[in-house]
Amino acid sequence: MIHFDNVTKVYVNQNRPALDHVSVDVDKGEFVFLVGPSGSGKSTFLRLVLKEERPNSGAIHVAGKDLSKLSNFKVPHLRRRIGCVFQDFRLLPNKNVYENVAFALEVIGKPRRFIRKVVPEVIELVGLEGKAHRMPDELSGGEQQRVAMARAFVNRPMILLADEPTGNIDPATSIGIMKVLDRINRTGTTVLMATHDAAIVDSMRKRVVELEDGKIVRDQSRGVYGQAY
Amino acid sequence: MRANFIFSEVWIGLRRNLTMTIAVIVTVAVGMALLGIGLMINSQVSSMTSYWSDKVELSVYLCKENSPFEPCTDKKGISEEQKTALEAVIKGMPQVEEVIFEDSATAYKNFLDNQSNNVFASFLKVEDMPESFRVKLGDPDQSAAVTEELTGQAGVSNIVNQRQLLDSYFGFMDKLQWMALSVAFAMVFAATLLIGNTVRLSAFNRRRETGIMRLVGASNVYIQLPFVLEGVIAGLIGGVLAAVMLITSKLLIFDSIQNFIPEALGWNTVAGIISGTMAIGVIICILASFITLRRYLRV
Repeated sequence: MIHFDNVTKVYVNQNRPALDHVSVDVDKGEFVFLVGPSGSGKSTFLRLVLKEERPNSGAIHVAGKDLSKLSNFKVPHLRRRIGCVFQDFRLLPNKNVYENVAFALEVIGKPRRFIRKVVPEVIELVGLEGKAHRMPDELSGGEQQRVAMARAFVNRPMILLADEPTGNIDPATSIGIMKVLDRINRTGTTVLMATHDAAIVDSMRKRVVELEDGKIVRDQSRGVYGQAY
Repeated sequence: MRANFIFSEVWIGLRRNLTMTIAVIVTVAVGMALLGIGLMINSQVSSMTSYWSDKVELSVYLCKENSPFEPCTDKKGISEEQKTALEAVIKGMPQVEEVIFEDSATAYKNFLDNQSNNVFASFLKVEDMPESFRVKLGDPDQSAAVTEELTGQAGVSNIVNQRQLLDSYFGFMDKLQWMALSVAFAMVFAATLLIGNTVRLSAFNRRRETGIMRLVGASNVYIQLPFVLEGVIAGLIGGVLAAVMLITSKLLIFDSIQNFIPEALGWNTVAGIISGTMAIGVIICILASFITLRRYLRV
């Protein structure tokens, strides 16, 4: 599903590569944690999957497409097959829960009948039934992240990228978020989650890819956050 | 493509930047109105030029007894033989289309018809009016050559080219036209920058929305169209205001000078100018929006 082959990324005006000859294979339906300290290249990895950045060398395949051969006007179509969740939720403050989720479908031109059908389903999937008409500032952090996950998942993407989704949320609430991610993973969606949260990684017992200074230092299935912890 | 979604976005954008939108509308309106007025003057001048160049003639004045003009040295005036000879010379010239002889009596009558100063007219006698040949040319641009050839012929006192009288008037209209056009150019330039700035502000205000749109895979058209439409709508409103100004100026200015000039500015011309300036306004808005978006809304 995601295939990195010897990928190197150096940002302009920086000597040290953000990713240094990284090769990784993520299969369809896998749940992968991307761990490592700040600046180790986790976010760069996710940005490369979205084609927000281009690698300096190496090949990236996402959902069967060679990103270097993907023309710019086809990038939106790639992104429709990838859902994204962030630490800061990125909800629209002037739209309620339903409208926030529906926005993702409206802007890719889905018909209104379809939107009316699938949005309530996905709101229920993330555990926000009955809160469709709340505004984001009336929700807790955990609930806001659920809205963000609903928005990421509403178009049934093949891949869900989560960049520290529990970074702003207390540990008890994080467990609920992880349950939703697990539920999404069980529908067959590949989940790739960058995180610092050792407790979550240890409790989930999923595949762990550890990055340090842009290099992969560990790749183990059913791993834990790190030996040191 | 969901039209109502795009239009609600456009409406939100226009409302959020109301002051900038108004600035764009006013600049576009004034710029386009000046451009239109420049074009209206231009078409007025060219229609009048073609009208007058049909009518323009050379007046070849003849020597009278005691004529004060330098060529009439012998103070005796032109003789009948000289007159006949001169007429033959003029008629023989290839540039000349028509020659009419105007005697003193006709000249006096024409003078009185055009003269409102009765005191002055009462002093003037028929004998004071000079005789002349009114020479009509096939091509008015040949007047200089004809003038040169006839100057110095026996019995010719002086030659007046009516065109020279009109030239100062046309020169004035020409300056007016260029003034309007250069101010219009400056306004159009200002409008372009303003539209760019408005679109940039708009893109900045909605960076959250556009960021999410990018993320969920909205196409470039979907992301950029609301911004471009914002510019186009502001431009169109400005164009409509410009059209109102142009119609008003046609009614108030151009129609009021219609009494003095033979060729009036037609509504057809005005309609053509209005649609032309509107098209220019909208095209400028689209271009300015696109160029700005290219810089500030990379996808």
